[in-house]
Amino acid sequence: MPMTMTQKILAAHAGLESVEPGQLLEAGLDLVLGNDITAPPAIREFRKMGARTVFDRDRVVLVPDHFAPNKDIKAAQQCKCMRDFAREQEVTHYFEVGEMGIEHALLPERGLVLPGDLVIGADSHTCTYGAVGAFSTGVGSTDMAAGMALGRLWFKVPEAIRVELSGSLSGWAGGKDLILTLIGRIGVDGALYRSLEFQGPGVESLTMEERLTVANMAIEAGAKNGIFPVDEATRTWAASVSDRRYREYRADPDAVYAREVRIDLSRLAPMVAFPHLPSNVRPASEAGDVAVDQVVIGSCTNGRIEDLRIAAALLRGRRVARGVRCIVLPATQKIYLQAVREGLAEDFVEAGAVLSTPTCGPCLGGHMGILAEGERAVATTNRNFVGRMGHPESEIYLAGPAVAAAAAVTGRIRDPSEVMDPPARDRLLGPPERRESRTAAPAGGAR
Amino acid sequence: MTAAGRAFKYGDNVDTDAIIPARYLNTSDPAELAAHCMEDLDASFARAVEPGDVLVGGSNFGCGSSREHAPAAIKAAGVSCVIAASFARIFYRNAVNIGLAILECPEAAEAIKTGDRIALDFEAGTITDGTKGASWKAAPFPPFMRRIMEAGGLTEYVRVRLEEEGKAAAAGGTKGGAS
Ligand code: SF4
Repeated sequence: MPMTMTQKILAAHAGLESVEPGQLLEAGLDLVLGNDITAPPAIREFRKMGARTVFDRDRVVLVPDHFAPNKDIKAAQQCKCMRDFAREQEVTHYFEVGEMGIEHALLPERGLVLPGDLVIGADSHTCTYGAVGAFSTGVGSTDMAAGMALGRLWFKVPEAIRVELSGSLSGWAGGKDLILTLIGRIGVDGALYRSLEFQGPGVESLTMEERLTVANMAIEAGAKNGIFPVDEATRTWAASVSDRRYREYRADPDAVYAREVRIDLSRLAPMVAFPHLPSNVRPASEAGDVAVDQVVIGSCTNGRIEDLRIAAALLRGRRVARGVRCIVLPATQKIYLQAVREGLAEDFVEAGAVLSTPTCGPCLGGHMGILAEGERAVATTNRNFVGRMGHPESEIYLAGPAVAAAAAVTGRIRDPSEVMDPPARDRLLGPPERRESRTAAPAGGAR
Repeated sequence: MTAAGRAFKYGDNVDTDAIIPARYLNTSDPAELAAHCMEDLDASFARAVEPGDVLVGGSNFGCGSSREHAPAAIKAAGVSCVIAASFARIFYRNAVNIGLAILECPEAAEAIKTGDRIALDFEAGTITDGTKGASWKAAPFPPFMRRIMEAGGLTEYVRVRLEEEGKAAAAGGTKGGAS
């Protein structure tokens, strides 16, 4: 029976020749992930299971990122619970404040997930690693506990939706606009219980970071996972982060898909998802007159260096509009340092934005930028549910970094082209050419 | 196993942020979570709900974050079962794993209204609406999942398995290797 890429990875990890959609199987795990919210209950269940040691101390990853640096006493207790467990079990990949970052940006950056891996994480956005050709999916805390104890877990083999990509992105359009367009088309339960398999000639034009953004939000269409084929870009990336050997899986040419969706990348424009569902999308140019109070640029969806470069391109030499609070959160320490080295940090601070230490923070309404009643935010995050970023009467508009930065500058949701013509793609995504000394010649603010 | 109670009905795409807002996730104590269950969607729910009551949703119930705190909050609030047209997959897994009863039944999810008296028979998978005098049959769980539920959840299932594996390893002496 021909198989999809996801089905092949599951079959291989279950020691089976072939599998069929709907089949329940038990598969071996390459990595088990947890964070400061989900790990404490998992640790409790782990103990109740009578487990004494984790199945492999190199294959458990613990990241305090949601309420870290500790936002209050209770959060501090939760982080401590995880830290103590990491010490007790001598977990290799525990990332303390100072080296941590948002888990789904951190794991690929550290080369902890490579093509062909099977990864579970007690966090719904674990699906992010499909970008590198791995099968990864979010689970709950008890599943995480079982995974830590046994190194194995049960899965139901999913059917797949084939997303056929053609053309290439241009202008201000990015990975976020691709995934918002797809969710807008199939709906928030359009891929329920299924995998989203991205294919077609358009794939190779997407950078690894764009693929990470796309796979990250597969869950917002209800998908079990989202996965990209392994190509030259993947191999180059993998070699840059790890020297571990990995396996490439390829969907059979005659694999069966439940549905096919075609997207021409060259026709994508900057998009925005209106409250309160990620499927509520329209082009930013048709947003109407929406004034915003806060702009958040960060998260596991769009907190990587390319995202910061795009945002900085629009903020450089401009000012955050009066009455708007702009919060930039690089997703990891490495990205933070890179932003400093490239001068992006100066661009943000000079523009009147705040630059935060890596944390999930406002993305889940934790800390570092909570909304008051009636306030509106444009955020590069992934969920705009009621109350997600604060007061139940507040509103979140999801967009990519270009739309978010344009909103910071104008105070309204607009197509970024109204602020600035888009630079060529390689210039936009690459490091900016810097002047000699930025501090000696501060950019004049037009206010 | 049977249960009975009043229905609390909500719409499609009830997300885990609505079931338990992230601002309360600095604890995983079920009683504390239950006090804020459904708060952003229906501020009166946590006070009104009584043991045995039934939560009814449309499609994609429990979408959003993987927080097990969501089914845990519902369970600790006293809800005997969640009935929905469909469930988001992580919520589904989590409910099975922690032993919160869930039934997938689009017809029942559509017909039942808030306040209806509901009776459930989990063995038979039947949902009876006493107020309407109607009844439906929900899709049965696959045998593998029933085994987890019958064990009282995944934790108990793994505990027994680890115990057996431990005994097997002890009996097998040096033969047992890591698999
Ligand atoms: S950044 Fe937001 S979506 Fe991503 S892991 Fe953190 S809370 Fe979850």
